[in-house]
Amino acid sequence: MKKIVVFMLTSFLFIFSSVKADTIKLGILEDETGNFAIAVVPKIHAYELAVKEINANGGVLGKKLEIVRYDTQSDNRRFQEFARRLIKKDKVDVVFGAFSSASRESIRGIMEKNKMLYFYNNQYEGGVCSKTTFMTGAVPEQQFSTLVPWMMEKYGKNVYTIAADYNFGQISAEWVRQIVKENGGTMVGEEFIPLDVSQYSQTIQKIQKAKPDVLMTLLVGAKQASFYEQQASAGLKIPMATSINVGQAYEHKRFAPPALENMYVTVNYIEEVHDVIKSGEFHDKSKDYVKRFRALYPDEPYINMESANAYNAIYIYAKAVEKAGTTETMKVVEALESGISQDGPSGVVTMDPKSHHGSHTIFLIEVGKGHKVSIPKIWKDIKPYWLGESGCDLANKADYSQYTPSNPPS
Amino acid sequence: MVFLFNIFYQFGDSLAFLLLAAIGLAVIFGMMKIINLAHGEFITVGAYGTVVSGKVFNLPLPIAMVFGVIITVIFGLILEKLIIRYLYGRPLDSVVATWGISLIVSQSFLVIFGPSYEGLQTPMGNFKLGEFSYSEYRVFLIIFALLILVLLYYLFMKTSFGTLARATIENPNISSSMGVNVQNVYTVTFAIGAGLAGVTGALYAPTMTIVPSIGQAFIVSSFITVVTAGASPFVGLVPAAAFLGMVQTSVTFFYKSTIGLIAILCAVILIIRYLPQGFSGLILKTRSK
Repeated sequence: MKKIVVFMLTSFLFIFSSVKADTIKLGILEDETGNFAIAVVPKIHAYELAVKEINANGGVLGKKLEIVRYDTQSDNRRFQEFARRLIKKDKVDVVFGAFSSASRESIRGIMEKNKMLYFYNNQYEGGVCSKTTFMTGAVPEQQFSTLVPWMMEKYGKNVYTIAADYNFGQISAEWVRQIVKENGGTMVGEEFIPLDVSQYSQTIQKIQKAKPDVLMTLLVGAKQASFYEQQASAGLKIPMATSINVGQAYEHKRFAPPALENMYVTVNYIEEVHDVIKSGEFHDKSKDYVKRFRALYPDEPYINMESANAYNAIYIYAKAVEKAGTTETMKVVEALESGISQDGPSGVVTMDPKSHHGSHTIFLIEVGKGHKVSIPKIWKDIKPYWLGESGCDLANKADYSQYTPSNPPS
Repeated sequence: MVFLFNIFYQFGDSLAFLLLAAIGLAVIFGMMKIINLAHGEFITVGAYGTVVSGKVFNLPLPIAMVFGVIITVIFGLILEKLIIRYLYGRPLDSVVATWGISLIVSQSFLVIFGPSYEGLQTPMGNFKLGEFSYSEYRVFLIIFALLILVLLYYLFMKTSFGTLARATIENPNISSSMGVNVQNVYTVTFAIGAGLAGVTGALYAPTMTIVPSIGQAFIVSSFITVVTAGASPFVGLVPAAAFLGMVQTSVTFFYKSTIGLIAILCAVILIIRYLPQGFSGLILKTRSK
C-alpha cells in the first residue's frame, strides 16, 4: 500500500513537472544601447556567464536557467513596456536589471504589483526597502561613509558637489551633505545638472570661485562625462571623489589622461583588483573571474563592478531557489531572507534579511598620473546598515518604499 | 578685469557652442529648406572622422580634424546623390527621410565602433587669471566660430558661387533658364552644410566623450538657434546665438544649469510667438523701412 502511494506520488510529481516548464526563466532588462550602454554591456555578459556556469553544473532544481532578454535602450518607457511583456507574455520567474535609478523606479512598481521577484544589480543612492526587490550593488553607506571622511581627512573639509539632476544625483548629494556635516566639514557649493548638458565652462568657474578642497562628481551618462575632459583642460586641479566613475563606464581607460587624474572612487569591484593587489584572496578571486569572463567574451573592453554585481545576483537567486525548492516568489523571498551568501569576484556578499541589500568589500581606487590605478585602502565586509538601523525590517514587516536620510522609515 | 573676462569667456563659450551647433543646419535649412534631422549624425561623422583617423594613422590633431571634415563632406555628397536630391521642395518628406538616415547612421556607429571610442586630449593648455583658470582651446573655439561665420558670409554674399546659390534658392526655374546648373549648386551647398557640421564635430571631438550619440548633444541647441535666427541664416544666426547665449549664461550664472536650460527654451517660445520670422525677419523688416 505504502509503495503504491509512493509510486503514485512520484508519478504524479513526474507528470506535474513535465507539464510545467522545464526551465527557470530569468527576465533581463538592461540598456544594451543608448546613454548607459557602455557600463551595461559587461553586466549583460556577466548574467550570461553565470547562467552558463550554473547550467553546466546541472542547473537549479534539475532545471536549466533560460534568459529572456530585451534591450531597454536607456529609455524608461521601454523599461515599462518590456517589464509588462516579461511578466504577462513571457511569464518569467524573476527579473534582473536596470542601470539608472530612474529606470529602476519606473519598473519597481510594476514588479511589486505583479508580485514579481526583482533584482537590481547596480550601485545606487540607496534606500529601497521593498519586500520583493533585492539589491546586490553598493549603496551610500558603503561607498560614501568610507570615501567622504577619507577624502576630508586627506585634502580638507570644504566639499563641493556636482550631481546629475534626477533621483540618483539628488539623493546621493543628500548623503554627501549629511556625511560632510557629521565629520565637521562644510558644503561650499552644490549644483544639479540635467542629463542633457554637455558643456561645463560655467560649472567649472563656479567651482573655482567656491575653492573647495574636495569635489564630489556624481555625474551620470555619456554627455555628463564630458565634464572630466573639460575640467582637465581648464586646469581645475581639485581632487575629485565619486561613487560612479571608473567602476562603471571605465572612464580612466576611455579618456585620454589627464581627464581623470586625481580622482578617487569607492567600488566593490573592478578588473584591475588583481593587477594592483599582488596576492591573497582578492587577487585570486578577481583573476579567476576575469579569466572565466574573457574565455566567454574575449573582446570585452572592461569588466566593471556592475558585472560583478550582476554575476553575484544570478548565483544568489540560484541558491535561494535551490533552498526554497521552488521558484514561487514569496518562498524564494523567504529563502533570500535567511541570509544567503555568495562568494563572488571580490569576496563574500551576504544578503541582509532586513533591507534586502548585500554586504561588500569596498576598494578605494585612486586614479593617478597617466590614469594609473592604485588602491590606497580596502574596507572589508561593509554592511548595508542604514536601512536596517532606521527601521526597515522586511523579514518581519512588508514595505514597498524608497527612503532617504531626510525621510527615513517609521 | 577678471570679472569682465569671465563674462566674455562664459558668454563666448555659450555663443560658440550655439553658433557651431547651428551653422551646418542653418545652411542646409536656410538655403535649401531641407529640415535635416540627421544634422546630429553629420556632427557625429565629423567627430569620429577626427578621432578615428587621429588614432589609426597617428595624425596630429589639426590634420585629423581636416580629415574628419573631408569625410563628412564626402558623406554629405553621397547622401545628397542618393536621397536628398529627391526631396528638394518637400520639407515634410525631408523630415521623415533625414530622421531615418539619422537612426541608421547612429546605429551603424554603434555596431562598427561600439558604445564608446577612446577620446582625444584637449589640445593647448590653460591659463590663469586671478583665482580662475581657463582652457585656451575654448577661447580658440570662440574665435574660430566667429571666423567661420565671416568666411561663410563672404562665400555666400561676395563670391560668384554665392550669387548662383542665392539665385538658385530664390527661384530655381529662372536660374536654370539663365544657364545655372541648379543640380550642381544644390549639391555643393548641401556639401558645404554637411562640411560645416563636420567642422563642429571635429572641433568639439577632443572636448567630449566619443559615443555614437555625440551629435545628439548639439541637436536641441542647433534647432532652437536656427528657429530663432529665422529664414535668412546669415543675417539672423549671430544675433540669435548671441541672444540665446546671453539668456543661458546669465540665468545659469545667477541660478542653476537646470533653470538656464528652462530659460533658453522659454526664450525660444517667446521669440516664435512674437517674432515668427525670427531675428532675420526682424532685421530685414527694419532694414526695408
